[in-house]
Amino acid sequence: MRRAAGLAALALVALLATGCATTSAGSPATSSPPASPADTLSGDLTVYAAASLKTAFDELASAFEAQHPHVRVLPVVYDGSSTLATQLVEGAPADVYASADEANMATVTDAGLAGDPKLFATNTLVIVTPDGNPAGVAGLADLADEAVSVVVCAPEVPCGAASRTLLSNAGVTVKPASSEQNVTAVLSKVAAGEADAGLVYATDVRGRSDVEAIVPEGADRVVNRYPIVAMKDAANPAVAAAFTAFVVGPHGQAALRELGFGAP
Amino acid sequence: MRREGAGFVPQILLLPALVGLALLVLPLGALVARVDWSTLWADITAPEALSALVLSLGTGLTATAVCVVLGVPLALVIARSAPRTAGVLRALVTVPLVLPPMVGGIALLYLFGRTSWIGGALAELGIRLPFSTPAVVLAQTFVALPFLVLAVEGALRTSGVGYEQTAASLGAGRWTILRRVTLPLAAPGLVAGIVLCFARAVGEFGATALFAGNAPGVTQTMPLAIYTAFNGAGVTQGSAVALSLLLLVTSIGVLLLVRAWRPETPR
Repeated sequence: MRRAAGLAALALVALLATGCATTSAGSPATSSPPASPADTLSGDLTVYAAASLKTAFDELASAFEAQHPHVRVLPVVYDGSSTLATQLVEGAPADVYASADEANMATVTDAGLAGDPKLFATNTLVIVTPDGNPAGVAGLADLADEAVSVVVCAPEVPCGAASRTLLSNAGVTVKPASSEQNVTAVLSKVAAGEADAGLVYATDVRGRSDVEAIVPEGADRVVNRYPIVAMKDAANPAVAAAFTAFVVGPHGQAALRELGFGAP
Repeated sequence: MRREGAGFVPQILLLPALVGLALLVLPLGALVARVDWSTLWADITAPEALSALVLSLGTGLTATAVCVVLGVPLALVIARSAPRTAGVLRALVTVPLVLPPMVGGIALLYLFGRTSWIGGALAELGIRLPFSTPAVVLAQTFVALPFLVLAVEGALRTSGVGYEQTAASLGAGRWTILRRVTLPLAAPGLVAGIVLCFARAVGEFGATALFAGNAPGVTQTMPLAIYTAFNGAGVTQGSAVALSLLLLVTSIGVLLLVRAWRPETPR
C-alpha cells in the first residue's frame, strides 16, 4: 500500500518534471542582441493587438518590415483587448500591446508590465446590418425591438463598453442575442446573416460590400481611444520601441487615417 | 432473421431513436455539404491553415508520446495496487476526463502562471510556460492522459497477474515480465488508448485557449484556428471549413483504427 502510494507520487513528480523539461527544450530563442537605431534593427517582433486593428496592423506590419529588412514581424495576435490584457498579465510573451481602449491598457500598465502608453487612434461605433437590412433597422431605438436579433460585444471588451455607453446615452435597452468577445465576431455574425443588427466600429465596415452601416445618433460622443505600448519584458526592446514609434509617427498615422481611424 | 431481437423494442421508440440519430448525423452532413471541393486543397494549404495543421500534428504527437511515457507506468501502478488505493488513484485520473477542459486550462494557468509560485520559480530560471508551444502540449497531455491511463489500466486489470506469477516462478526478472508478458497482454488496450489519446489531444480546445492562448504559428492549433476564423479573424472561413473536414476525417479514421485493433468490439 505504502509502496504503491510512493510510486504514484513518483509518477506525479515525473509528470511535472517532464512538463518543465519540455519547456526548457522548446522555448523559442527569440532574443537578439540589442540593436542601435536606424537600419541595424533585427530580430522577431511579437505584437498583441485589438481585433479591430486587424486590417490596419497587418498593413503596418508589412510596411515596418519593408523599412527594416532584418526585422520579422511574427503573425500579429488579434483578440479582444481584455483577452489580450489577461494573457499579458498571466505572462504571455509580447513585445508590443495595442488596446482599443484605455481601461484595458490600464490593466497591463497597472500590473507594472509596461510604462507610458501613447494614444495613436480613435474610433466610433456604427450599427451594422446584413446587406439589404432585412429587419429594417434605422436607428438605436430599433435595436430594442424583441423581433430584431442583435449581437454586441461583451461589456468587458472595449467595443462592448462603448456600445453600453452609446445605448444608455440614447436611453435604449437591448437584450442581445449574443455578447461576443471581440468586435470581429460581431461583424462576422451579422455578415453571415445570423443576426439582424450589431454594433461595431466604423472602421470595421469600411470597404465591406456584404454589410450596411448606419451612423447612429450620438455616436460622435462615444469615442474609443487606442493606446499602444512597448512591453517592459519585451524580448526585443529596440524593435518594440521602433514599432511603437512607427505607429504613432507620420507613416502609421497616414495609414490609420486612410482606414478610417480618427486622430488621437 | 436479420432483425432478430428488434421485435422486443416498442415500435413507438423508433421515433426518438431516429431523431437522436438525425441529431448526430445531420450537422456533420451539413458541414460536409458546405465544403467547397474546388478550393479544398488551396484552403488546407493556405499558410495560416497549414501552420495550424503542422502545429496540431506536432503537439498532438508529442502529447501522445508524453502520455505513453507517463501514462503506462501510472496505469501499471494503478492496476497492481491494492483495491482501495487503486480506486482512489483511478478516481483522481478520471477527474480531468469529466472536467470541462476550460476549467483545466484555468487550473494549469494558476499552477504554472507567472502569479503562481511554480511559475515564479520557473521565471527565475528564465522558463516561461504559459502561452508557449510547450503549454499546448501540456494542456493536451492534461486532457488526453486519462484516456490512455484508463484504457491501459483496464486491459492490465482484465489480463490479471496469473501469467506474471508463472513467469516469475520460472525465474523471469521484473523487466522481462513487463516486456514479455504484461505489455503484450495489454497491447490492445494500449493501442486503443494511444489512438483515443491522440484524437483527444488534436481536438483539444478549451484548456489550450486559456493556458496557451491563440497566437498564430505558436499556440494556434486547428481547433483554435477554426474558432478564430468564425470570429472573423485569422484564417478564412473556407479554411475553417476545410480544417473542420480534416478533423472529421481524422476522427473517423481514428474510430476505424480502434475498431480494427479491437475485433471483439461490436461493430
